Amino acid sequence: MEALMAVCIGVLTACGVYLMLRARTFPVVMGLMLLGYAVNLFLFAMGRLATEAPAVIGRAESHADPLPQALVLTAIVIGFAMTAYVVILVIRARKTLNHDYVDDRVNERAHGAPEKSQGTRS
Amino acid sequence: MSAHLLILPILLPLLAGAVLLLFSGARLAWKRPLNLIACVLLLGVTLALLIKAAGGETQVYVLGDWAPPFGIVLVLDRFSALLLVVTAVLAVPVTLAMSAGTDRSGQNFHALLQFQLMGLNGAFLTGDLFNLFVFFEVLLIASYALLVFGGGRARVAASMHYVFLNLVGSAVFIIAVGLLYGLTGTLNMADMAQRLATLPAEDVALARAAGLLLLLVFAMKAALLPLGMWLPAAYASAAAPIAALFAIMSKVGIYAIFRVHGLLFGDHAGALAGLGQTLIGWLALGTLVLGVCGMLGARSLRSLLAWQVMVSVGTLLAGWSLGTAAAWQGALFYLVHSTWLTAAMFLVAGVVVSRRGIAEDGFMISQRIASPAVGLAFLAGAVALIGLPPLSGFVGKALLLQAAGTAEALFWILLLVAGLAALLAFTRAGSTLFWRGEPATPRSSAVPMPMAPVWMLLPLSLLLVLAGDPVLTYLEATAEALKTPQALIDAVLGARAGGS
Repeated sequence: MEALMAVCIGVLTACGVYLMLRARTFPVVMGLMLLGYAVNLFLFAMGRLATEAPAVIGRAESHADPLPQALVLTAIVIGFAMTAYVVILVIRARKTLNHDYVDDRVNERAHGAPEKSQGTRS
Repeated sequence: MSAHLLILPILLPLLAGAVLLLFSGARLAWKRPLNLIACVLLLGVTLALLIKAAGGETQVYVLGDWAPPFGIVLVLDRFSALLLVVTAVLAVPVTLAMSAGTDRSGQNFHALLQFQLMGLNGAFLTGDLFNLFVFFEVLLIASYALLVFGGGRARVAASMHYVFLNLVGSAVFIIAVGLLYGLTGTLNMADMAQRLATLPAEDVALARAAGLLLLLVFAMKAALLPLGMWLPAAYASAAAPIAALFAIMSKVGIYAIFRVHGLLFGDHAGALAGLGQTLIGWLALGTLVLGVCGMLGARSLRSLLAWQVMVSVGTLLAGWSLGTAAAWQGALFYLVHSTWLTAAMFLVAGVVVSRRGIAEDGFMISQRIASPAVGLAFLAGAVALIGLPPLSGFVGKALLLQAAGTAEALFWILLLVAGLAALLAFTRAGSTLFWRGEPATPRSSAVPMPMAPVWMLLPLSLLLVLAGDPVLTYLEATAEALKTPQALIDAVLGARAGGS
């Protein structure tokens, strides 16, 4: 089980980092989400992996560590909020910058100077 | 009641922020005073906590009566009380400056400010590593929204870098916390400090990796050299009062390095003692050099000040890496000084932007600010930031140089050259903005920016010098306690449920 878990975390992290290095907003958001999954699995594994060990006292011979489970829950909730925010930001950036590169200067090099910035009200 | 005073810096902004959000449709005429009252109350609470902490006893607040090391604890010592006051002092002028009209350019500024304060205060108070992560996220998500406040191309582009980098940083933070929990079985920093000191030899390498990951995250928040390139664009593009508030944001990373490194990897930590300290020292000197180059090359006042933030980060962390209590005392003085003065100068930049037509705060010969009050404020702020006598910057630098001693030649040279370069950069900025061109006529569409908030912050520089004796005594005790955290560890682990 340890090997499977390690491979899962590794593959998720590798895919996440690869997507983030694409430097265009949609792949970067997907990459961040994959990295988030990998990190949550990793955090979960830090309570040690065990089968048939519930995190409730008195139900079984051995008990799992309940704390990492609580931490993962917290991390998932925070991850949701951050993903929601970043998706909105990326949509806004697509509209304001007229391209989907993470680095505004990429566009500048390809198409000359950016047009005059316009303050838009949210 | 006084026992519960400790959690008020978190509850008060949370409550005020929630109320402000609940009535987000209300008129600004209601929201502005409410926000201001909450900020003033917070300042009162933090000052009370500062007086309490100055007694020297570490206060521990056991949340939910879960005895340490099992539950989450809030810890108030001199260091956290100091940072609470530094933050609360910033909040009042920032609110006033935004209330002059800039808060119309977006939505919910007042609620966001309160949530930002809650995250900051929580990060300064918590004694639990995972809880530190949670409060980092609270302050980050508020700062994401504040950074892009008002919109526009430059802000959105800079904000995207800031958000993506910090999200990756958060992932690394969780990995580091997870590793440390896996190794020590605790998240309470005081408990973890004890367990890391007696770690089995085979686990030390893993703990080093975790510690370095943690330092990596804090270095990114503090904008240390290879990870700090997000800062200049972000701070230079934000609305000036928000940039003033962000003067404390990069200091959160520095607080975390002082606190977490001091507890977990301090002199008592056995095989892990002094982890990454030399490396950070070199990177800090690099940040200092880069910041100076940026200052000299800046094309607008806000950009100049953003690079000045990097210079102060470099100075602070270089002072930190010296590792002696005297150097830490100087670094803490410099931390307080640079946070307040950078904020004051960002507010001056806001006034310049509002009065100078389409040139805003750009260094081009266009219109000059004819007002002697603004010029005087700029002069005072620049003198303090450059580090000339008689203002606080001089004392901060003198303390750091004295603590470094003659053995640290490179530190001396770089710090003094940085002062000279800052002098050049500010002179050039001031002569362009205040002397060249015809007198400025503000655009009719320009949002007014008052000078009053600036006058609330600038005199603090003089106060830091005039009240030098009590300030330095306090900071000396703070630095000593940070060097030898055993008293804090005992206080946290000795706190019993119900008794605190």
